[in-house]
Amino acid sequence: MSGFMNYLVDSLAFGATFIYGSTGEILTEKAGHLNLGIPGIMCMGGAGGAWIMYLIGSSALPPFLIVLLGTLAALLFGALTGAIYSFLTITLRANQNVTGLALTIFGEGMMKVILDGSKLTNKAYLVQPVSYFHWPFAGRNDSLQLIGPLFFLAIIIAVLSSWVLMRTKVGLHLRAVGENPATADAAGINVTGYKYAATCIGSGIAGLGGFYYIVDYMGNNEAYLDIPSLGWLSIALVIFALWRPVLAIVGSTVFGFLFSLSSLIKISTATQPLMQMLPYVVTILVLIVTSIRNKRENQPPSSLGLSYFREDR
Amino acid sequence: MAGLPFPSERQSGPFFNESGGRPVEKQLALEMRGITKRFGSVIANYHVDLDVYRGEILAVLGENGCGKTTLMNMIAGIYFPDDGKIYMDGQEVVIRSPKDAFAHGIGMIHQHFKLVDLFTAGENIVLGVKENGRYRIKDVNERVAAIAARYGFHIDPSKKIYDMSVSEKQTVEIIKVLYRGADILILDEPTAVLTPQEITRLFQVLRRMKEDGKSIIIITHKLHEVLEVSDRVTILRKGEHIATVNTRDTDENRLTEMMVGKKIDLNIDRPAPKNAQPRLEVRHLDLHNAEGIHVLRDVSFTANGGEILGVAGIAGSGQRELLEAITGLQPRVQGEIIFHNPKKDRPVTFFHKSMRRVRELCAQNAFHDGKGRDVSFDGMKTAAIRKWVESGDVLFREDEVMSLRDKTPLEIRQLGVHLSFVPEDRLGMGLVGSMGITDNMMLRSYRKGRAGFLDRKKPRALADEIIKELEVATPGVSTPVRKLSGGNVQKVLVGREIAFMPKVFMAAYPVRGLDINSSYTIYRLLNKQKENGVAVIYVGEDLDVLLALCDRILVINSGAVTGILDARTATKEEIGLLMTKTQAAGKEETK
Repeated sequence: MSGFMNYLVDSLAFGATFIYGSTGEILTEKAGHLNLGIPGIMCMGGAGGAWIMYLIGSSALPPFLIVLLGTLAALLFGALTGAIYSFLTITLRANQNVTGLALTIFGEGMMKVILDGSKLTNKAYLVQPVSYFHWPFAGRNDSLQLIGPLFFLAIIIAVLSSWVLMRTKVGLHLRAVGENPATADAAGINVTGYKYAATCIGSGIAGLGGFYYIVDYMGNNEAYLDIPSLGWLSIALVIFALWRPVLAIVGSTVFGFLFSLSSLIKISTATQPLMQMLPYVVTILVLIVTSIRNKRENQPPSSLGLSYFREDR
Repeated sequence: MAGLPFPSERQSGPFFNESGGRPVEKQLALEMRGITKRFGSVIANYHVDLDVYRGEILAVLGENGCGKTTLMNMIAGIYFPDDGKIYMDGQEVVIRSPKDAFAHGIGMIHQHFKLVDLFTAGENIVLGVKENGRYRIKDVNERVAAIAARYGFHIDPSKKIYDMSVSEKQTVEIIKVLYRGADILILDEPTAVLTPQEITRLFQVLRRMKEDGKSIIIITHKLHEVLEVSDRVTILRKGEHIATVNTRDTDENRLTEMMVGKKIDLNIDRPAPKNAQPRLEVRHLDLHNAEGIHVLRDVSFTANGGEILGVAGIAGSGQRELLEAITGLQPRVQGEIIFHNPKKDRPVTFFHKSMRRVRELCAQNAFHDGKGRDVSFDGMKTAAIRKWVESGDVLFREDEVMSLRDKTPLEIRQLGVHLSFVPEDRLGMGLVGSMGITDNMMLRSYRKGRAGFLDRKKPRALADEIIKELEVATPGVSTPVRKLSGGNVQKVLVGREIAFMPKVFMAAYPVRGLDINSSYTIYRLLNKQKENGVAVIYVGEDLDVLLALCDRILVINSGAVTGILDARTATKEEIGLLMTKTQAAGKEETK
């Protein structure tokens, strides 16, 4: 494959991390909750999944099952961390920004504790089961090998989320909760239920993003320290994608492209951080464009960041 | 109601017998017994009983804050009663949530619409409805159209809410409730935001629903509407049930007495204007708004001090733009706005005038010394002039005449031209919803603090005074105003503007949504301003009130003045004609 194709495949594969992160955040924001804990939740998902794979990796289980259990564990760890956020912000109506930030710090720390504490520095056990899925027709070191099973799962989740949001009753109700919870409540929709479900499912999906990055994309590299910054980018991507999971796929590829541009174009080490700023610059540009166009459909959910209490007027 | 395309299906025959005026086949739909609801220490409802029958329109009447909405919210599942029982068809029911209410066929149309702006009408209507089969918005829209046709609504189900007018939104709300198969519809002040034509149409629809066997509860405090549309009236006062009467056995005076608890005089006082002097002259105002629409056409009039000038017109005929132009909020406006500052025989101050301006005016012989002698500053040092002026012995000879066109809104306000604008959205202009009454008072006075610090004492005293004088129902001065009921919010706004001792006071729809007692309080306040020599401009929608309260009435029609009438001799018909007649004829009238 040509160098550019390699690069494109790399962008796609790398971008899948963002697809998970931003799809998860979109679902949460559609319920009216701004979850700034996504970076921490991605850390928790990644660490939890890798830890479980470490525990069962040496057993006689088939590699397929090991990966599946790891994935489920990542989902569960993400969702559980999301449940903490949900309880604080939905039931106790704590400030969403503060809660989210606290959770990010918490998740980052927990990830280091889990991964370093369980001495996962040698990650050979991770590579073995995952490589089970690798493309038989592509060369061993071909960049196509970066497209693992979880890449496709990311696409499926994003498309499915878009479909649910725009084409089903559940999606209609969820959007109503995020736009105007009082209205949704008066219409007999279980606002609290929807908020919990969206936040926990969204967090679970984001957790998969961390797991994908550690296990499927990076294999055995010491990559997990990057996850928080990828989490922040995922949140920025939500704006880029105008709160539409399908657009998040496009945005993720663009972000992946821009993010790895810094490694492709090596002018000097001094310009490296400048190149890494590109995704954020693009996000700001998108914000400016959408603000100028000022189309109601492209704005954040109206009650984003606000707590809802029925008897409050 | 013959000739309607829609026959009554469940009930037929005469619904009322000849003698008593009571429904013949009274079938109870809902009963409330001994309902009590407290919010903290405030008792919103105390042992209220209420009956609703099938196929009737029941009006729930009461003043602002008497617990009408709270009571209805308990039927609709928004609040849960602390005490008491609700029965439907003789069975006790527990309504814990709006969902329960829907399950029992109860639907409420709230005063503040509960609609998702971003959704289409159809999406809003289907929201939260459990239906069998796949969700397809096309099918929903078809069903919506069918309901609309049945009751005579006009609606486009795929139109977004943010593109809709208030009355369209209300239509969506009503269809939403019907779509769920509600048999009991509660409408919370449905007419407060509608034009007279829209109200007529709404009442037609309500009557059709009644014929269809639905029970309709309408919350209102407009007596003539109660008499026009309802079959029975339940009156609440201070959270308690006072009486339930048949509409045909009662009249406005008796209803008022029950509602207020004492006899009140429904006549509005109109003292004769004393010493009316021109205060505000508007000449040839012309305005194209931002969209390029011609909203004011060659408007000319004079408002006198000590007089109330009424402005009548169909909603949106340019009233808002006219008032905004006077207060300097419409920079595009063409024409002249001349303000006569009542300065005659009043001391000159440095408050608005620089030393340079004082010298200039003195040179023009604009001052006298209190005994009619000329004032001359010749040969005097600045300090000496300052001392003389500040002693208060230098007086103006005449009223100060100035153009408001070259002043900023802040300067205009400081000159005493005050606007108490009460638009559709009370909190939108003038008050900040999340701040308390004191803080809202400070919006007008925050510039007066010393060295960057705010003076909270005076605003606080003012807030207390307004609460006491205008009987604002609020837990305290620091309660956010958005938590107050609409009428109370309005009192705070009008009270604040009056407190700043205006010279021109403009009030647009100041009694919209207010109950009788509060409305009369506002009329009294306006009359008091008039007696103090203030030029009052009152934009109103109720022609009866305009005719009873104002001295002169200016009629505006599509941005042009079609007539200025003496309110003592004019008739409703005359004004109505001027409000609706065509543009060409209007031009002649204004000369």
